[in-house]
Amino acid sequence: MITHLKLAAAVVVASMLAVSNPAHAAKDTIVLGMPLEPPHLDPTAGAAAAIDEVVYANVFEGLTRINRNGEVLPALAESWEISEDGKTYTFKLHSGVKFHDGTTFDAEDVKFSLDRARSDDSTNAQKKLFAAIESVEVVDPSTVKITLSSAAGNFLFNLGWGDAVIVAPESADTNKENPVGTGPFKFSDWVQGSSVELVRNDDYWGEPVALSKATIRFIPDASAAIAALQSGDVDAYPNISAPESIPAFQADPRFTVVIGSTEGETILSTNNKRPPFDNIKVRQAIAHTLDRQAIIDGAMFGLGTPIGTHFAPHHPAYVTETIDTYPKDLEKAKALLKEAGLADGFKAKLHLPPPTYARRGGEIIASQLREIGIDLEVIPVEWKQWLEGPFKGDYDLTIVSHTEPMDIGIYADPDYYFQYDSPEFQAVIDKLNETTDEAARYELLGEAQKIVSRDAVNGFLFELAKAGVWNAKLKGLWENVPVQANDLTEVMWTE
Amino acid sequence: MSGPSQSAELDDWGWPAFARRALRSRSFVIGAAIALLVLAIGILSFFWTPYDVTRLVVADRLQSPSSQHWFGTDHFGRDILSMIMVGARNSIAVALVAVGIGMGIGVPLGTWAAAKRGWADDVLMRFNDLIFAFPALLSAVMITAIFGPGIFNAIIAIGIFNIPVFARLSRGAALGFWTREFILAARVAGKGKTRITIEHILPNISNLLIVQGTIQFSLGILAEAGLSYVGLGAQPPQPSWGRMLNEAQTMMSFAPHMAIFPGLAIIITVLGLNMMGDGLRDILDPRLKREN
Repeated sequence: MITHLKLAAAVVVASMLAVSNPAHAAKDTIVLGMPLEPPHLDPTAGAAAAIDEVVYANVFEGLTRINRNGEVLPALAESWEISEDGKTYTFKLHSGVKFHDGTTFDAEDVKFSLDRARSDDSTNAQKKLFAAIESVEVVDPSTVKITLSSAAGNFLFNLGWGDAVIVAPESADTNKENPVGTGPFKFSDWVQGSSVELVRNDDYWGEPVALSKATIRFIPDASAAIAALQSGDVDAYPNISAPESIPAFQADPRFTVVIGSTEGETILSTNNKRPPFDNIKVRQAIAHTLDRQAIIDGAMFGLGTPIGTHFAPHHPAYVTETIDTYPKDLEKAKALLKEAGLADGFKAKLHLPPPTYARRGGEIIASQLREIGIDLEVIPVEWKQWLEGPFKGDYDLTIVSHTEPMDIGIYADPDYYFQYDSPEFQAVIDKLNETTDEAARYELLGEAQKIVSRDAVNGFLFELAKAGVWNAKLKGLWENVPVQANDLTEVMWTE
Repeated sequence: MSGPSQSAELDDWGWPAFARRALRSRSFVIGAAIALLVLAIGILSFFWTPYDVTRLVVADRLQSPSSQHWFGTDHFGRDILSMIMVGARNSIAVALVAVGIGMGIGVPLGTWAAAKRGWADDVLMRFNDLIFAFPALLSAVMITAIFGPGIFNAIIAIGIFNIPVFARLSRGAALGFWTREFILAARVAGKGKTRITIEHILPNISNLLIVQGTIQFSLGILAEAGLSYVGLGAQPPQPSWGRMLNEAQTMMSFAPHMAIFPGLAIIITVLGLNMMGDGLRDILDPRLKREN
């Protein structure tokens, strides 16, 4: 009996020591929460942001990479030279780089990856990133020469996208289930419907990462995500979808709350081909009716920056004046509807995908447009239905946040789901694509922004903010989202 | 409780007798008062609500209960009292039509099976068992998932799962009567089965049906709230108690009034209907009361 007591006492003392002295076992694992589960894990074969949010910079790397500030940094290419005419890029590759399956990375893999991405049967979601490439040549195992058909000002940035990562021919076909890249983390396990597990790649060519293991859990329900953070089941939730929960986290010293910017232009997408929205007066009337601040306050609890065009307001080339192209003016809106022959208003459908900004924003917009007689039927849809319906052009109005960086070029595609066909705008984008000089590019970007703002192509609402909540002892997570990513390479525990 | 009342066809079932007994049953009086109040509020909402529930005034959002907004406002600045009033209308409408579908189809099927017996009875009742085997709410979720969310499909879904309840009840109750002497007398007199069912069986089982109807009505209100909570019931901008609860759940910590009032509305309505059902059972079936 006495020995039992002694043993029990010893256990108690030992456990108390363990609790009071955590430094001996510094934590090097993290559980990160995300709202959406990716459909698969190959960033070169899918548009879903969730894919990049798991694997970008962690599992896969490209020739260049985009860092937390949106700058282009060398990645698998240690340096590059650009010819005078801006058409030839010669990349010097890092040596001693291995894929996670042990195969060696060299210039052949770069050629394979880029040719695969731009081939006719490619399933790459961003083929336009590679449109300028004319040929990819292997000079020697550590040198690649890329020739462009015309100078492309954004080329190095484009190569930093998740869609442009380098994959190996041996594993390219199985990356969807078992991603094999060159990054500092290796894919270890995927429990469908629950989580993906990444482990440290001890053979990594670059700076080793601090974390030994990262578990990425998928928690679609906002209240479940809040509970998981509160209970400590999840260490970080970089993009929390319930903005109303932020004040409680801010008041709690256990958490760090970071309100960052994203590249997400949240817009009331409009079918520019379908009557009556093909009439610019109708679109202008809608623009005059939208109260952006009310939408931001009501749907996002004040998180978000109003925008007047399809461009990130934190970008230096943003044209601030576009916010006043169509100031809120109900009388003018009604007059415009009358000029369009719709004095009594009309009925239309508003499809809303699942995110908070869409579902809540949609209710507010429906209420606002009712003031000028536009009666919107609100139709909530799942992402799958949204991609098969509105995104293929079958819709009147919908709300979506376009989170790709620098994506104003989508307005130049008349087949894109806005169905906006403006030769004037297309000419500006063509010129932009051939311009490499920064000042000239900004000029053209400004022109492009003004055109889509003037034409009221879509209802421009606000730039999505990113509210990240994580354990106060964690550091190294991204504040902003210049590209879709949860870069874990600099993440560590401070104690 | 499915046993028929012996005295049913003998008692005087005039209104005065009913009223006398009704007023003596406390649970009936309280329950009926609550149910009538909810009904009155629902009807009133057609003509008047303190505020327009389709107009969002974001500047007034998340206000606590006050003299302007008795139940406070939600995250869009809508008046919660007004939303509960319109929500009552939706809940009642859904439950009423759903019970109507259940009774309208279930009772004819059940009494027909009781009159016919044999294979028709077997087939019908096994089919009933089949529907019964599914948890009703789960199946309602399935139906609305297939045919799309919306108040109409919610009504159909809840209604379908009311059919076997009434079919089974009316069959069981009717069977007991088919062996009784006054029915035999009617048959000897040459009346057909359909006529007997309408003239003699239905009046005798109506008490049971009313009691069951009240209970199914409260279950219907719960089902509508459940479907709306998961987003399969009434769609915005139509207010619904279930969706109000859903919207409130991430705001519980700083705006508890958003959840408390619709929650209370559901609890009180269901409680009232159940009390009314219990009371009705006691009043309409005196034999049962004596035995209990």
